[in-house]
Amino acid sequence: MNKLLAQKLSHSMRRIRTVEETIAERYSEQQMRCPTHLSTGQEAVSAAVGEILRKTDLAVSGHRAHAHYLAKGGNLNAMIAEIYGRVTGCARGKGGSMHLIDESVGFMGSTAIVGGTVPVGVGLGYGLKLKGEQNIAVIFLGDAVVETGVFYESINFALLKNLPVLFVCENNQFSVYTPLEQRQSTTLDIYERVAGLGVMTEYGNGNDVVEVYNKTKNMTEKIRSGGGPAFLQFDTFRWREHCGPNYDDDLNYRETSFIEKWRSDEPIARFEKYAIDTGLLKETEIQTNQIEIEAEVNAAFEFAVNSPFPHADEASKHVFAEQHIKG
Amino acid sequence: MSEKTTFAQEVRDALHHALSSDPSVLVFGLGVPDPKGVFGTTTDLQTIHGEDRVFDMPTSENAMTGIAIGAALGGFKPILTHQRLDFALLSMDQLVNNAAKWHFMFGGKRNVPVTIRMILGRGWGQGPTHSQNLQSWFAHIPGLKVVMPALASDVKSLLLASIFDPNPVIFLEHRWLHNMQTDVSTVMAPAKLGEAKLLSRGDAVTIVSMSYMTIEALHAVSCLKEQGVEIDLIDLRTVSPIDWTKIEKSVEKTGRLLVLDTGFKQVSIAGEIITHIIETSWQHLKSQPVRLTAPNYSESTSPALTQNYHVRADDIVTKVGEIIDKELNCQQLIDQRSSLHDVPGDWFTGPF
Ligand SMILES: Cc1ncc(C[n+]2csc(CCOP(=O)(O)OP(=O)(O)O)c2C)c(N)n1
Repeated sequence: MNKLLAQKLSHSMRRIRTVEETIAERYSEQQMRCPTHLSTGQEAVSAAVGEILRKTDLAVSGHRAHAHYLAKGGNLNAMIAEIYGRVTGCARGKGGSMHLIDESVGFMGSTAIVGGTVPVGVGLGYGLKLKGEQNIAVIFLGDAVVETGVFYESINFALLKNLPVLFVCENNQFSVYTPLEQRQSTTLDIYERVAGLGVMTEYGNGNDVVEVYNKTKNMTEKIRSGGGPAFLQFDTFRWREHCGPNYDDDLNYRETSFIEKWRSDEPIARFEKYAIDTGLLKETEIQTNQIEIEAEVNAAFEFAVNSPFPHADEASKHVFAEQHIKG
Repeated sequence: MSEKTTFAQEVRDALHHALSSDPSVLVFGLGVPDPKGVFGTTTDLQTIHGEDRVFDMPTSENAMTGIAIGAALGGFKPILTHQRLDFALLSMDQLVNNAAKWHFMFGGKRNVPVTIRMILGRGWGQGPTHSQNLQSWFAHIPGLKVVMPALASDVKSLLLASIFDPNPVIFLEHRWLHNMQTDVSTVMAPAKLGEAKLLSRGDAVTIVSMSYMTIEALHAVSCLKEQGVEIDLIDLRTVSPIDWTKIEKSVEKTGRLLVLDTGFKQVSIAGEIITHIIETSWQHLKSQPVRLTAPNYSESTSPALTQNYHVRADDIVTKVGEIIDKELNCQQLIDQRSSLHDVPGDWFTGPF
């Protein structure tokens, strides 16, 4: 860990959190009219993985994708405008929060059907291998994705062809209100089961950005040097309700002791304490940083609310491509 | 004033009744025992009937459908619930190749009494993959029955009929219906799958409708009535099989047909009904049959792009005016609207 990296990780996590919490704050205005899954509390995985990835690496994700998109370098204004349903949105208002895309930085798309982008990420990895440029494809997934059949079929193909694909599983231990142990056998942890398929695996605390960084860095190097696909499991915790801006702990689907344990070990405070204690960061630096982030985020919301809605004619556009878009 | 209940509560009541009256009934699906209980349709069922018969499941739609089929072959009556039809697309193989064909391809040795509930989304940013009304996909498959309730007073008897039908039944619940109210009634006539219901009588035009479109149609019908136009409104209730007799008889009387469909226009149930009527009732038709459906493109997320996406009561009134060549007023229907176009009412503030 060095000062520059510490600054970047702190900045990235704070930026993601500020975006998510601003959405939460303004959601009740009923202007962001689409299902929205926030990543507050889960920032460390995205921040660390985002730092390691190159712009030329490709990434895909699922319904909870804001953090992945931002960490990969996705345009903030275009994301907020998309959630507001504006024509300046990254999908011109067609897809909303669950359909983010910024191909200029290799964020190839997030979609809303659980597991839907897993094989797509493997397909991207196949293309990268054929092109032979040592780029990798990253697939962000939640713990429920390993319940889908397509996950196993995709891993099999990635192994079969020795593809440069990194599966990053953020295990927040719940799928909507349902705990992991009601959906999967927990005799073995997820990464242990996946290891049985023959893929390289690693496991870590997803709230510890340094641990995520080191383990991911190590694994991406192996993949880049032809080691084949890998699967990372990072345990973490979602603060707010599965979908929407509120806290829903009054519903008692998660034990109070569990919530308290994870909340007291939240990624930003954890990392910054370490960074300040070891002299990597100064309190004042962090504060200045936060002020800048808030200005950037507020500007993005301003951009979004001042952007026009798409013209009604756009509703019927894009059903078919008129020509080949890109090779 | 009689006591009120909702469409969602009626679904729950039907499930509770089925679980209580037949020990072979099983209820499972994502979120079934969770605090929201699939929009209130499965609340407390696990507490009452136990974890063996009512349970949550992994996000494994295709496997769980096959598992439902296997359980059905083993003597159970599984009811599998999907919070969106779009998620059930993962299970098309099991539905089409196994559930629909088992009875046929083994020479009638065994039937598959599974009920698959799927919820149809609409509006408020549901977007392209949380709002599809693909009833025609299922109706295209021989061996699947497809039920689309509209009225809160009907849903219970239709769901019970589906559960106890010896065949696989796809039960499509429109999300915008869950809060619809009806009187609590003690008498319940058991529904027969394949029987449509005449909701209003008239000589001017036959309107055939399904699911949420029937609610829009009811508003249109009362607006038309005030202007002296009397409608035969047929709520299909099942889109496979279709109650052809009722539709044919009505068209014989009115000579004019308007079909409403919640799905995309291309290869729709509406298209099938119009074709059938042309084949069987050509001689009775006084005007060209027409349909009002969703367009041939997906529903976007932005509210700016869904404004004119769905057919509403005033569109129906206007279309009837065209059919009978009469100037009709639908302003009252437009003025009545109190909420934005992308929600069923002010009670709905997202996300699903
Ligand atoms: C195939 C499919 N089934 C069900 C859903 C509904 N759904 C949306 S998100 C979600 C939970 C996914 O949990 P997980 O992968 O752990 O991600 P998390 O939400 O915890 O980030 C479910 C079940 C869906 N979108 N797609």
